[in-house]
Amino acid sequence: MRTDLAVIGAGPAGLAASLAAAARGVRVALVDAAPEPGGQFHRQPAAGLRARRPEALHHQWRTWIRLRDGLAASSVRLLAEHHVWCVERTSDGLTVHALLGPDEEEPAEVHATAVLLATGGYETVLPFPGWTLPGVVTAGGAQAMLKGGLVVPGPTAVVAGTGPLLLPVATGLAAAGVQVAALVESAGPGRLPRHVRSLAGKFPEGAGYAARLLRHRVPFLARHTVVRAHGDDRLTGVTVAALDAHGRVRPGTERHLPCDTLAVGHGMLPHTDLAEGLGCRLDGLTVAVDGEQRTDVPGVWAAGEATGVGGAALALAEGHIAGRSIAARLRGTAPDPGQWAPAARARARMRRSAAALDAVYAPPARWTDRVTDDTVVCRCEEVTAGAVREALTLGAGDARTVKLLTRAGMGWCQGRMCGPAVAGLAGCGPTPSRRPFARPVPLGVLAEQHTEEGHS
Amino acid sequence: MNPLERAGARPGPAFTVTFDGRRIEALPGRTVAAVLWAAGITAWRSTRGGGRPRGVFCGIGVCFDCLVTVNGRPNQRACLVPARPGDVIRTQEGTGHAD
Repeated sequence: MRTDLAVIGAGPAGLAASLAAAARGVRVALVDAAPEPGGQFHRQPAAGLRARRPEALHHQWRTWIRLRDGLAASSVRLLAEHHVWCVERTSDGLTVHALLGPDEEEPAEVHATAVLLATGGYETVLPFPGWTLPGVVTAGGAQAMLKGGLVVPGPTAVVAGTGPLLLPVATGLAAAGVQVAALVESAGPGRLPRHVRSLAGKFPEGAGYAARLLRHRVPFLARHTVVRAHGDDRLTGVTVAALDAHGRVRPGTERHLPCDTLAVGHGMLPHTDLAEGLGCRLDGLTVAVDGEQRTDVPGVWAAGEATGVGGAALALAEGHIAGRSIAARLRGTAPDPGQWAPAARARARMRRSAAALDAVYAPPARWTDRVTDDTVVCRCEEVTAGAVREALTLGAGDARTVKLLTRAGMGWCQGRMCGPAVAGLAGCGPTPSRRPFARPVPLGVLAEQHTEEGHS
Repeated sequence: MNPLERAGARPGPAFTVTFDGRRIEALPGRTVAAVLWAAGITAWRSTRGGGRPRGVFCGIGVCFDCLVTVNGRPNQRACLVPARPGDVIRTQEGTGHAD
């Protein structure tokens, strides 16, 4: 199909951009891998479960209703179950290549004049002994299964790691009847005062979570970490311990918490594969954009977590600005930023608080000390920390050389899960992993591309 | 209160799938992973190298840890694929191909 604007990702950023552009006369195709719009933040229970009170497990419900009803009343064409694997620049615009779900074998293409990348992010989990046991899931994964499938993995959970996501996950599981034995946060409250101004808007939200943790009797262990997950063929419990100011375990503080579920996360990373494939400039790990949310590739905009992890409200503001910019640019006019001044102010404020949250919730220093040599680091290729360290002693100085020597990052997930861990063990900062395709593509689909150029 | 009650779910009639030959009930709309979790099953793959059990990890289709064989087709992400009546779900051994 042919359209003016293809928006990739139907989360808050993609929805806000689609509505803003469509309201200004732009033909919009909204492309998403999931069966329903909403993204991860507004993930809805599967339609077949016929939930009458889905809001009981959600946040910002009124925002979702506004987006959902806006989409229904708009001219936006939703292309659900489209798994995008590549966006290509062509002579007359951009082509979005997708596979139709859930089988992901049949290709589909969308031809557009402009593309907005609203691809969101995924969770980082740093390894520790036992983290590959069934029952250990990402914090966001536990929440996705709860919101979408209305299911929990067992009666007793520990929520651990670092970051603002742990609070809604712990309170969400508790509200769904799970006994949450502890919320284990490696950051201490000591860093908060330095960021009071930037985080002022976050305090009511934080107080709300604190009240819910109290109500569900969830113990909050600040400046603690999970040292080890226990179990043979599945999780039976975790050892937690207190951390000192240097990130080391305080001797004698270890204790065992029985649990069948560990929901663990250490922050978020943006999905930038499609942007990198297009040649968009990155700023560190995120897609670089200007004040209009334009990338440096003509016709390509980006918004939401892809341009910097900052949460759903920031994604809405960025998406709105992108949609208005696109509408103006497609008409051949320069937009007047004064028309989106409130969104721009919200964007600036929320980027400041996101930066402050990043500083407060940095992963604990010296976390690599606790990764034993027999701990699997690359879950796909089963590469241990010992093998990574051996590669380092052989002279590997970065994640890419470690990958070539050990296969860490060469498996199904293409290093998305082990990338931060390998970089940490190598003592270098994480770098973007250049992936030509954003997801696995059947060879038959690739073979059918550009058949006119083929020599069959 | 369990999550179904909490969200006021009134699902349509349950259907049957099998997991390694055992019959289990599935609610319409749930993914294969959600159906298995609801039946108390948390592992449905053994790794190529160490033969270690795996199940859901990321829950959103990124990590590929929850790969499973459904109706003879290996390497399906259980967290994304909806369960359908009569599905024959099997623990995926290694690559899922007899090799």
